[in-house]
Amino acid sequence: MVMFSLEILLISILAGIVGSVLGLGGGIIVTPALTLLFGVSIEHAIGASIISVIATSSGSAIAYIRDRITNLRVGMFLEIATTVGAITGAFIGGLIAPNLLYIIFGLLLVYSAVNMIKRKKGGQQEQVSMHPAAAKLKLGGSYYDKAAQEQISYNVGNVYGGFGVMYGAGIVSGLLGIGSGSFKVMAMDVFMKLPLKVSTATSNFMMGVTAAASAGVYLLRGDIDPHIAGPVALGVLAGATIGAQIMQRMKSKTIRMLFIPVLLYVAFQMIYEGVGL
Amino acid sequence: MNENSEIQDVELAVSRWLRIGVIISAGVIILGLIVLFIQGGSGYPGDTYPHSLPEIFRGLIEFKPYAVITVGLMLLILTPVLRVAISIWVFVREGDKLYVIITSIVLAILIVSFALGKA
Repeated sequence: MVMFSLEILLISILAGIVGSVLGLGGGIIVTPALTLLFGVSIEHAIGASIISVIATSSGSAIAYIRDRITNLRVGMFLEIATTVGAITGAFIGGLIAPNLLYIIFGLLLVYSAVNMIKRKKGGQQEQVSMHPAAAKLKLGGSYYDKAAQEQISYNVGNVYGGFGVMYGAGIVSGLLGIGSGSFKVMAMDVFMKLPLKVSTATSNFMMGVTAAASAGVYLLRGDIDPHIAGPVALGVLAGATIGAQIMQRMKSKTIRMLFIPVLLYVAFQMIYEGVGL
Repeated sequence: MNENSEIQDVELAVSRWLRIGVIISAGVIILGLIVLFIQGGSGYPGDTYPHSLPEIFRGLIEFKPYAVITVGLMLLILTPVLRVAISIWVFVREGDKLYVIITSIVLAILIVSFALGKA
């Protein structure tokens, strides 16, 4: 019994590190690890993965807020789109063919991966001019980049595009019960042109908020098994705290290089589901 | 400059409260796991565990391992909600009416979606 918990704990530490660096919440590692390696049922794995999303969010948030990497305004503004989207998704569940959504969003992810690869060659963060709506909403900001050792100020572009993608991401998470962190990072990075570190940190913040609402439901429904979710929570908390420290010292380029294969993996998985092979 | 340092104070306060919340929830989960390993039993028959509020609290009073772990998980689930609530206060302190409204909407939607999910 102790070994089982320890093994889950170790996997979860890894999930927490990856989740906080990439802004993905760790579910992408926790769910397959629990089902494939430990033979946990999919319901309990999803329950544990929701806990992992919250643990990643709160664990890394402690470091991020202090260093002002998370853009609270961008997060809150976009959170309206995701939460309303999630409720929409829960309601239209029967109306829209999920297959179509899977394919659309899969293709959108491929598009943003291609975009990221192009930008990686460019190297430096491109400067955008401030979108009028972004100025009105005071979305611009600055943070101290520990890798570049300088204060970086940034503008925010294409607010409506980002808001739209976030609404879509909310629908997808409501329909499919996933955290859709990859979409959140994509909306902020590719559409709104926020610096990547700000995007992943803000995505982590938002995922915790969205997941909290569903986690309560999962818990009362009985999908959260304490024997599995307990060690997952502890491991991911520890991992996310470590990850948040590592992320700040990493070059954005390195984070991007790690992010692209994950993005493509999720994209092809979604298209695969959608085509129904 | 004075105003700016005040904003930072508030953000530090958010960070501090969040840290306290995370540490308490982690501590409760660890306690539950330790008791689980020492007693060698979860306090519940077979593979079952408590998942209704009265059941969880009764188990907590009786100090059953699974109930203790679940309470720790519940505290963890509450941390992001706490963060949104504290953010409202941050924006009130900053005198940012627009974001007091936006953040309150987010909190309201969260509560609504929780209620919808429960039904």
